[in-house]
Amino acid sequence: MLTASQRLQAFANPTRFMALSGRLVAPLGVLTAVVMAAGLYFALFASPPDYQQGETVRIMYIHVPSAWLSLFVYSVMAVSSGVALVFRHPIADVCAKAAAPIGAAFTFLALVTGSLWGEPMWGTWWVWDARLTSVLILFFIYLGYMALRATIDDPHAATRPAAVLALVGFVNVPIIHYSVNWWNTLHQPASVFRMDGPTVASSMLVPLMTLAIGFTLFFFVMLLVRMRAEVLRRRVRAMSLRRAEG
Amino acid sequence: MGRAIAALIARDLRLAVRAGGGGGMAVFFFLITVSVVAVGVGPNLSLLAQIAPGILWVALLLSSLLTLERLFQADLEDGTLDLLAMGPLPLEVIAAAKAFSHWLTTGLPLLVAAPLLGLLLNLPVNVFPPLILSMAIGTPALSFLGAIGAALTVGVRRGGLLASLLVVPFYVPVLIFGVGAADEAISGAPPGVMMQALSFLGAVTLASLVIGPVAAAAGLRAALK
Amino acid sequence: MAEFFYMGGYAAFVWPSYGLAALVFIGVIWQSVTDLRAQKRLVDKLETRRRDRKPEGGA
Repeated sequence: MLTASQRLQAFANPTRFMALSGRLVAPLGVLTAVVMAAGLYFALFASPPDYQQGETVRIMYIHVPSAWLSLFVYSVMAVSSGVALVFRHPIADVCAKAAAPIGAAFTFLALVTGSLWGEPMWGTWWVWDARLTSVLILFFIYLGYMALRATIDDPHAATRPAAVLALVGFVNVPIIHYSVNWWNTLHQPASVFRMDGPTVASSMLVPLMTLAIGFTLFFFVMLLVRMRAEVLRRRVRAMSLRRAEG
Repeated sequence: MGRAIAALIARDLRLAVRAGGGGGMAVFFFLITVSVVAVGVGPNLSLLAQIAPGILWVALLLSSLLTLERLFQADLEDGTLDLLAMGPLPLEVIAAAKAFSHWLTTGLPLLVAAPLLGLLLNLPVNVFPPLILSMAIGTPALSFLGAIGAALTVGVRRGGLLASLLVVPFYVPVLIFGVGAADEAISGAPPGVMMQALSFLGAVTLASLVIGPVAAAAGLRAALK
Repeated sequence: MAEFFYMGGYAAFVWPSYGLAALVFIGVIWQSVTDLRAQKRLVDKLETRRRDRKPEGGA
């Protein structure tokens, strides 16, 4: 069982978090909306079609930021899982849990936009390309993490297993990516499918970077909202348990 | 310490033999899966020969998942795991020993059955050695990575299914390098592919021998508390 | 304007990408915000109930 001081700390940290995050959400949300609006303007109106890929290049402005988030969110999850595992920081555990569904959603978006980009570029909806394949496996890892979280009711009991899974996944993602790369070059000559396409022109760089920043800001805002919900959920759980005890 | 580990492994082996199921069930599942795939793909022998390494590896991988659930669950339920955890052995060593017995009772029988199933799939003779070698190198990784999934889901209802879902993504490198080793002989991949695949597979296995017990022990600690 | 929606013949690929992205954004916002509201309501309910009970127990 927890000692009195541990219990106090566990209570104090979420309280401070709730106060701080409550003040942050609204301004961050406004900033996100402004950056996203600017990014969409650059992506749809203020940038020329690519000389090779034509208008399909506009899919890339969604696809690349999503793919970036799929990896970035996982890194956030892995770091907070490490903190949760080593320092037993309850907020770190809440952070990892709250981040996972957002990461899964953007990994899914990266996969579908990649497919929508692939059809006009390669003539097929799906290629077992090294990047698509490893992103698909990353998506499975996200789903596995969420499934593990969903099956364990007690959030404190779920902390350790979930953190271990996230960290094992973090170690494995580069290995999986490398193996899929190796497998891909073995089966398909790399020259057939050019994933990198033309070198990124500066006209593409502005919408790409703006939207990447916008997506990342969006992730942080939603992360805060979800973490707040999770802290409250745990508070509700603790309160109803206490009531049940008498 | 050595004797304690040996005793633990011997106990697991005795239990596996006495309780039946275990390895025998996995081999049966292996046989059934391969047959069903062959029926599904059709009796075209040259096509079967071409995809045989892939079929065999995938079936082997699925069969090894079957027995994961038993890895820690029975010992947790009857309190053996608590006793073991209080004993002199670190939990990491216990997890490694149990993963090793899982390999002895599941991986090894599957490995022995694989060549026979290769015959059913018209696997060319020259592909047998690299394929068996790749399975010998790769199957320990399946048991040690599987131990992670088994440990994380040990307290969960229907944990076996969840363990499989968690673990299969981590099996992907094993599958890729395992099948890759046979590819040079099958489809004329560039020479040296086999050696490259086998050494990568060896690296993956070595890494899983370290990551598996450490992560599994961390998972078990949560379940024991 | 029509040319803008035509997207050089790639409308069938460009617009679904943006549409799906919008769905993902809205979905994440909707799910997160409704969950937060629901938890807030639960906390409020439990706290008022506790406050109602306290004077009786204290007296």
